Amino acid sequence: MGLLSKKDSKLILDPLADNNPITIQVLGICSALAITAQLKASIVMALSVIFVLGMGNVVISLMRNIIPSKIRIIVQLVVVAALVIIVDQVLKAFAYSLSKQLSVFIGLIITNCIIMGRFEAFALGNGPWRSFLDGIGNALGYGVILIIVGFFRELLGSGTLLGFKVLGDPIEKTGLYSIGYENNGFMLLSPMALIVVGIIIWVQRSRNKALIEEN
Amino acid sequence: MLEHIELFFKSIFVDNMVFATFLGMCSYLAVSKKVSTAVGLGAAVIFVLTVTVPINWWLDQYILQPGALTWLGAEYADYDLSFLSFILFIATIATMVQLVEIVVEKFSPSLYNSLGIFLPLIAVNCAILGGSLFMQSREIETVGLALNYGFSSGIGWFLAILAIAAIREKIRYSNVPAPLRGLGITFIITGLMAIGFMSFGGMLTGGEDASDKEKTETVINSEEDNTNTNVEVAENAVTEASEIIEQ
Repeated sequence: MGLLSKKDSKLILDPLADNNPITIQVLGICSALAITAQLKASIVMALSVIFVLGMGNVVISLMRNIIPSKIRIIVQLVVVAALVIIVDQVLKAFAYSLSKQLSVFIGLIITNCIIMGRFEAFALGNGPWRSFLDGIGNALGYGVILIIVGFFRELLGSGTLLGFKVLGDPIEKTGLYSIGYENNGFMLLSPMALIVVGIIIWVQRSRNKALIEEN
Repeated sequence: MLEHIELFFKSIFVDNMVFATFLGMCSYLAVSKKVSTAVGLGAAVIFVLTVTVPINWWLDQYILQPGALTWLGAEYADYDLSFLSFILFIATIATMVQLVEIVVEKFSPSLYNSLGIFLPLIAVNCAILGGSLFMQSREIETVGLALNYGFSSGIGWFLAILAIAAIREKIRYSNVPAPLRGLGITFIITGLMAIGFMSFGGMLTGGEDASDKEKTETVINSEEDNTNTNVEVAENAVTEASEIIEQ
């Protein structure tokens, strides 16, 4: 990457795999799992978090020298809440049905632990440009997991991707359905999100032994 | 009275915060290694939810809802401030948590020692904000019901973290496949427990045709059973988990 120095690109690339916020740091699972039954909702959620975390990190980093440390949590919450209100209003204006479907989970970005975690751990001690990259990197790491889970749940659960019938039509028995394939409705239920994430963690840790926990 | 009982059981079992909506998962996973700390955090969640949900209900009714400002005068009747709800709710929660911390520290140092370290964690617990947001989106009618909703969702969360902490204490003695150790197996167990909790879904809708009276009786009868069932669910989850491990 010519644009970014080696150290800067590490900020973006690290959270995508070996320091992933969801599978390694266990942050931000709260709002992530409930909305992954469809790929479209997962993508919108990922984009919202990328916006909120990128901008929020910049704002906190610019203000880091004037925030009194005793009330920093409240300041951080107010910054996130303001950014989330922007996202919520934009979604309500341009994608109303989707915003209904995500219901309270857009609001729950405020208490997404990834965001508070990055503010505390990075933005309070680093300059705006590096904080921005760190925010984008961590939000991308979160988004990747969300999109993987959404992809599998929608593909196996309803046989569609983004609403397109990629496996054929279940009612007219075309495509895969003509040879007796059935949708697994169980994938659409919320518990399966947890199990899919569990499997992702399993795969990731069997490939990278260094990540295995003691117990 | 009936609606109170119904809401109480619905929020604990059917709409359980952890298993049905995945709220408060971060602290649920991070603080569930030991039963004693899990109990502390669970109690703090019950307490804060019971306090913040009714307060946010008042804010929602008299400031935020479309037309809520009518009490200020007729010319304010058209105002719709609902876009401010996120910032107002989170401000209430953060202030209440600070307040509770100060009060508890002042008047009950022993309680502070057991709950104190969890209170700052709670300001950013999704379960607390989620409780207020669900209260708003489900249009709960009276402040009594809002209080009930906050308290019973707190109990639901408490039960969930207690169950997973107990399971995690036992699972330490099992031979879990190395890549699944710690986080991975916890996710899968939570998934299995969530499947178990889904069976409560029919608890309140099973007698749809029956009269309201019969409904109450079933609800009351199931009161005692539920505690047992809950233990069973936890136990089942343990057995299922150990079966997986053996494979």
